[in-house]
Amino acid sequence: MLAKRVIPCLDVKDGRVVKGVNFVNLRDAGDPVELASFYDAQGADEVVFLDITATHEGRGTVIDMASRVSAEVRIPYAVGGGFNDVASIRAMVAAGADKVSVNSAAVRDPSLITAAAAAFGSQAILCAVDAKHVGGAGDRWSVYVHGGRVDTGIDVVQWAAEAARRGAGEILLTSMDRDGSRDGFDLALTRAVSRAVDIPIIASGGVGTLEHFAEGIIEGEADAVLAASVFHFGDISIRQVKEYMAAQGIPVRL
Amino acid sequence: MSASIVVVDYHKGNLLSVERGLSQAGCHAVVTDEPDVIRAADGVVLPGVGSFADASAYLLSSGEMIAIRDAVRRGAPFLGICLGLQLAFDSGDEGCAPGTRAEGLGLVPGACRRLDSETPDGHHRKVPHVGWNNVDLTATGVASPLFSGIEDHGWFYFTHSYQCEPSSGADVLATTTYARTFASAVNVGGVFGTQFHPEKSSAPGLKVLENFGGIVREACRDRVFGGREQGGVGA
Repeated sequence: MLAKRVIPCLDVKDGRVVKGVNFVNLRDAGDPVELASFYDAQGADEVVFLDITATHEGRGTVIDMASRVSAEVRIPYAVGGGFNDVASIRAMVAAGADKVSVNSAAVRDPSLITAAAAAFGSQAILCAVDAKHVGGAGDRWSVYVHGGRVDTGIDVVQWAAEAARRGAGEILLTSMDRDGSRDGFDLALTRAVSRAVDIPIIASGGVGTLEHFAEGIIEGEADAVLAASVFHFGDISIRQVKEYMAAQGIPVRL
Repeated sequence: MSASIVVVDYHKGNLLSVERGLSQAGCHAVVTDEPDVIRAADGVVLPGVGSFADASAYLLSSGEMIAIRDAVRRGAPFLGICLGLQLAFDSGDEGCAPGTRAEGLGLVPGACRRLDSETPDGHHRKVPHVGWNNVDLTATGVASPLFSGIEDHGWFYFTHSYQCEPSSGADVLATTTYARTFASAVNVGGVFGTQFHPEKSSAPGLKVLENFGGIVREACRDRVFGGREQGGVGA
């Protein structure tokens, strides 16, 4: 039976993992390769690296990182952040990344998804969608871009459906309302998108407890759950999440 | 004896993981798009990225398709991964105009088609099938050197929208169940294929690559000491 996936997300800047990685047994807690290997050993189903390098010169470091991860880590990994054209995606795929995540640039020009899926296959193209609830009656969410700073006014469910139609292989769906809150996923959002598209949904944003992970799958109808800080601070281990999910009857790889 | 395994490059993307996986598994792997290098290889790995029709067209026009068949005829073991497994079959319809089919390597009898999305009891499953799923070994699979040391019902990583349909059940080493049950590993003679990605399947995947390396070394020894190869090298 296909397992529901548990995915840790690592923020990377200038080729180094940043933001609260808090393990005692790592030689170098900033080394993406060592961290990814650690999560592989813990039972992570894949790893997402989010590149937050601001400068153009720094972009080379993430290519170098991907090539080192490919040499050492034997589970799939995705890299997101700053992919504006097919050439930048090609460089990352050539460095060994299994999946490249596109966000703002794809909203600006959706043909990027079409072109990238044609060039590298749908399995390599993850469409990241940052969603924020629109006030008023009913459940509607708007697509935000540029790290969640700019409201495009585009409907999230419609955009996810278009991304799937254009060849995206999966949707990485982040609730901007919940991100960092530890209040749990936006389940209505996750469910709405999961029902609207026929490709896998990775739920992200808001996890604080074991129950939240299981809710994302059972009530949110997500195919995979992603979290960052709860894993990095060691509050919850991947194995704990999987054991909890298994106890709730969710198929997991243990 | 260091046997050389070629990873066939058909210019569709990520071959690094396969090459590095083979290296980690102790194999000497070389990525190449040169038909003559493929033809002379001790073992051939055909990775899978892109669509059947695209890959088939490239393999045909580049001369790689004939070179792979030549290598297999010479006795070089072959491992197809994902689309590489599908390409080992006679034909496939992914990326083809309705009613038409693209040519495969013809190393395993059968054809390829889109995955089923409906379960026998009428439930819908998303296609592509992405993630970790169980690989259930058949009796042949349990005895196969490719799965030596691999537990039955183990987890492997998949990402695909198409599947193979072997003409003979005897060629199936393993099955996996998504909407329906499909062949997830096959073997005919020295030709092996996995629908899952061993290079992305953590420790069990590495073991499968190691096993393939062992199969290649064994075949080399047989050719050298058995003198079956024409003009074979003396021991």
